[in-house]
Amino acid sequence: MEETNKMEETTKKEEQTSTQKIGIYLWIWLLLFVLSFFSYMVDWYQFQGMLRWSLILFFMFLKAGLIMAFFMHLFWERYALVNVLLWPMTAIACFIFLMTAEFKYTLFSRFFYFVVGGA
Amino acid sequence: MSEQKIDGFELKPGFKGMASDTGSDQTMFKGVHWGKAMMWIFLLSDTFVFSCFLISYMKGRGSTIVDWPNTSEVFSLHVGGVPVPLLLIAIMTFVLITSSGTMALAVKYGYEKNRKMCGWLILATAVGGLTFVGMQVFEWSKLIHEGVRPWGNPFGAAQFGSFFFMITGFHGFHVSIGVIFLFIYTYKVFAGHYESKKRGWFTKMKGDYVEIEILGLYWHFVDLVWVFIFAFFYLW
Repeated sequence: MEETNKMEETTKKEEQTSTQKIGIYLWIWLLLFVLSFFSYMVDWYQFQGMLRWSLILFFMFLKAGLIMAFFMHLFWERYALVNVLLWPMTAIACFIFLMTAEFKYTLFSRFFYFVVGGA
Repeated sequence: MSEQKIDGFELKPGFKGMASDTGSDQTMFKGVHWGKAMMWIFLLSDTFVFSCFLISYMKGRGSTIVDWPNTSEVFSLHVGGVPVPLLLIAIMTFVLITSSGTMALAVKYGYEKNRKMCGWLILATAVGGLTFVGMQVFEWSKLIHEGVRPWGNPFGAAQFGSFFFMITGFHGFHVSIGVIFLFIYTYKVFAGHYESKKRGWFTKMKGDYVEIEILGLYWHFVDLVWVFIFAFFYLW
């Protein structure tokens, strides 16, 4: 019985050694460099306003997505794992939404009492 | 990179596969090493910790009536008398991405049982991480020298210092822990612990190159967090 178990173990191990081609890692690596360079250029050329924020967020999510999908292998993982990891992010989105309302209120109160001088 | 085949099972792809995996007996994450699943759960909780820091930074920065310091100027370096904005931060970003790339290759070579290549690449990753921490120490000492404190600074809103030290400090702590483990695993790979199936610490589990992937997940996460810090704290 133990012998067969050992046999199964070894076949399992051998199956695991199938890996991705090296090219995909090098491409992602290069892409990350290029995207980082672009996001640095956003500051270099001093873009302001909506253009700056949208570019920063665009490059940020693209980089994060590439790292998670390919370097952390989420692209090749089963959906059971991927969904367990990604759905909790909606809780963070809710928290950001709540705190945005909160900081606007705090800012309003500070202006009202510290700058305007209250009612 | 889970095994897609398990004897006696037909694993369905996509959302149907997710439903049957989740509703099945014994394990939900089919073909995923338990250590890898645990590392992912840890990283998920760590994501929440970093999110709380970054969200509190958003709240603090959004609610102050004093102008926020211009990060482009605060983090500039003088090269030949000319201030270059965010130069050190840009170099740090590139160093961390480089180390992330070497780590990804180390995982690949590990699974291919290429011991030497895997070891050298992990060592390169460790050196990259060490360089990053070194530059962060330089950045901190420069800012402290210029009078930035957790309770105030000469550039603008007083909250700047506390958020800066807390967020970059917590990230730097993660990098430091990562570097220590990278050096330990460099030794383990070169010593052939994964060929001789030597046990790790506190475990009966026999050594396997999947440990390198687990280490890699942590290291890529450190890089991932830096992507967000770079965008929100330095560029915003």
